[in-house]
Amino acid sequence: MSWSEMQPLLTQGTIDTLYMVLWATVVSVIGGLPIGVLLVLTDKGGLLQNTVVNKVVGAIVNIGRSLPFIILLVALIPFTTLVVGTFIGPTAMIVPLAIGAIPFFARLVETAIREVDHGLVEAVQSMGGSIPTIIRKVLLPQALPSLVSAVTTTVIVLIGYSALAGAVGGEGLGAKVITYGYQRFDTQFMLVTVVVLIVIVTVVQLVGDGIVRLLARRGRTAS
Amino acid sequence: MITTTGLTKVYESRGRQVTALDGVDLHVREGEVFGVIGQSGAGKSSLIRCVNLLERPTSGTVTVDGTDLTALAGRGRRANKDLRRARSRIGMVFQHFNLLSSRTVKDNVELPLEILGVSGADRSRRALELLDLVGLADKARAYPGQLSGGQKQRVGIARALAGNPKVLLSDEATSALDPETTRSILQLLRDLNRQLGLTVLLITHEMDVVKQICDSAALMKKGRVVESGTVAELLATPGSELAHELFPVTGDASGPGSTVLDVTFHGEAATQPVISQLSRTYNIDISILGAAMDTVGGRQIGRMRIELPGPYEENVVPIGFLREQGLQAELVAPDADADAGAGAGADADADAEADADADVQEKAAVPAQNAPKLVKEIAK
Repeated sequence: MSWSEMQPLLTQGTIDTLYMVLWATVVSVIGGLPIGVLLVLTDKGGLLQNTVVNKVVGAIVNIGRSLPFIILLVALIPFTTLVVGTFIGPTAMIVPLAIGAIPFFARLVETAIREVDHGLVEAVQSMGGSIPTIIRKVLLPQALPSLVSAVTTTVIVLIGYSALAGAVGGEGLGAKVITYGYQRFDTQFMLVTVVVLIVIVTVVQLVGDGIVRLLARRGRTAS
Repeated sequence: MITTTGLTKVYESRGRQVTALDGVDLHVREGEVFGVIGQSGAGKSSLIRCVNLLERPTSGTVTVDGTDLTALAGRGRRANKDLRRARSRIGMVFQHFNLLSSRTVKDNVELPLEILGVSGADRSRRALELLDLVGLADKARAYPGQLSGGQKQRVGIARALAGNPKVLLSDEATSALDPETTRSILQLLRDLNRQLGLTVLLITHEMDVVKQICDSAALMKKGRVVESGTVAELLATPGSELAHELFPVTGDASGPGSTVLDVTFHGEAATQPVISQLSRTYNIDISILGAAMDTVGGRQIGRMRIELPGPYEENVVPIGFLREQGLQAELVAPDADADAGAGAGADADADAEADADADVQEKAAVPAQNAPKLVKEIAK
C-alpha cells in the first residue's frame, strides 16, 4: 500500500478513534464521578456511612472491572442496539466503551477523593457546611489534580479499548489495523498505524500531565 | 457562654468500649479565655469536638450561647440545618490549620461566608477586613502553600472569625508552631478576645499557653475534669495540681527535722518583704530552696519553697504569721520529697505512659497515687 493510499485510511481512522474516545470519556466521567464519590461517602467512617449501599455498588464496580472488554462488547450488543439503534459504527461503540470505563474511572475517583485530608472536611463541617457543600467545595477541588490524572489514564485505556472495538464492527484506527494490517498482512500499514497510536497516547499523556502540574503548582509558587 | 453537663463520649472499637469523656461538666463564662489542659489521651480533643458536635456525645448536653446544641441536633447522625446554622456561629481553629490548598488565602477566608450565602462583593470586603485584622492584608492573593505556619494559623483565625462568631474553639492551635510564633498567635487570640469580646475555649498540652492567655483553666485526666476555675482561684487552692504545674518549685530539704513550706504570693503580698519580716520577728533562719516569679493571666505571681528549722510543731506560729500576711503556705511532706516521693513520681510517669498508649483509657477512678506531694494543709 502506498502512502497516498494509507493517508485517507489513517485520517478517517484517527477521526473515528478520537470521536469514540472523546464521547466515551465524557460519559465515563459523568457516570464514574458520582459513583466514586458515593463509594467514599458510604464507606465505613464516611459522611454517609451505609454498608449495604457501599457493598452493593462496590460489587457492581468490581464485576464491571473484571469482565474482559471483548466479552462486554458482545454482551452489550442488545443494549447498544436499544440505545443507538445499531451496534456497529463509531457512535454505537461509545456505549460499550463508556460502560467498560465507568467502573474503572469510578475506582480512580474513589482513590483520589480518599486522599483529601479529613481535617479539611472537618473544618468545613465546623463552618456549618452541608454534605453537598463539602463535596463541591472541598472534596472535588482538593482532589482536582488527581482527578485530572484519572481522566488522562481513562482516555488512554479507552484508546486501547477502542482498538479492540474495531474487531466487533467498530471503526477507528483499530478497525483499520485489523482489516488492512492483520487480515491483509500489510506489515507496513500496521507499523504506521501503531506509530500514530503511540503519538496520540503520548500527546494525551503530556497534555494531562501538563494540566496536573499547572494545578499542583498553584499551591506552591507565586501565582 | 459554653456549658457542658455530664458530657460522656464512649467509642466502640472492635467490640471494646473506650470512654473518652466521663461526665464532663464545664462552664466557660462570656468573654473569657478558657484553657483545657491535659496529656494526649486525656479526652481534650473529644471534648472540644463535642462542643460543636463534630463528635456526638454519647450522653450529656452542650449549651453554647443559650442554645442547647444536643437538643438541636436531634437523633440523626447527619448534621441537620439547625445544627449547621448553630455551628456557623462557632469559629474553630485547628492544629494543622486545615486550609484548602486549592484556594487563595482570601478565598479560604470567604469559604464560611459562601456557606452562609453572603453575596460576592460583601464576601470580598469582609475577607479583606479580616485579613487586615490578623495582619495579613498583603497575602490575600497568595496560596496557603506559600505561607509559614504562623501565617497559615492567622488565616485559619481570620476564617474562623468570618461568620462573626461569639465563641472561638481552638484545637491545639499553636502545637505545630515554634515558641516565638506560638507567642504571637496567642497574643493575637488575646487581642481578639479583648477587642471583639470573643469567648475562647482552647485545648492544649502546653502549660505556657495557659500561663500566657487564660483567664480560667481546667485540668483533664482520663476523660474527667479534675480541677477547674479561674487562674487566681486555682493558685489559691491548696494542693492544686494546676497551680503546681503553672509554678513548679523544687528543692530538697537540707536534712531531717526541718519544715519545708511552699509559699505563694499574689496581689498585695507580692510586694511586701514578708520573708525578712518573718525572719526578724521570730528570729529564725530561713533557707530558700527554690523560687519562681511570673505573670499569669496578667497578674504578678510568685512561688517559693522555704525551709524553717525544726519540725512542724515548732513552726506553727511563724506559719500562722505568713498566712496573716495574705500568703498561701503549704506544708511539703518531708518524706514525699525523699524516697517515697521518687517512688510515687515513677508510678505517676508509668501511668501517664500507659494513658498515652491506650489513647483513651477505659473508665477509671482518679487514682490516689497521682495526688500531689502536698499531703497536708496546715490548719489555720
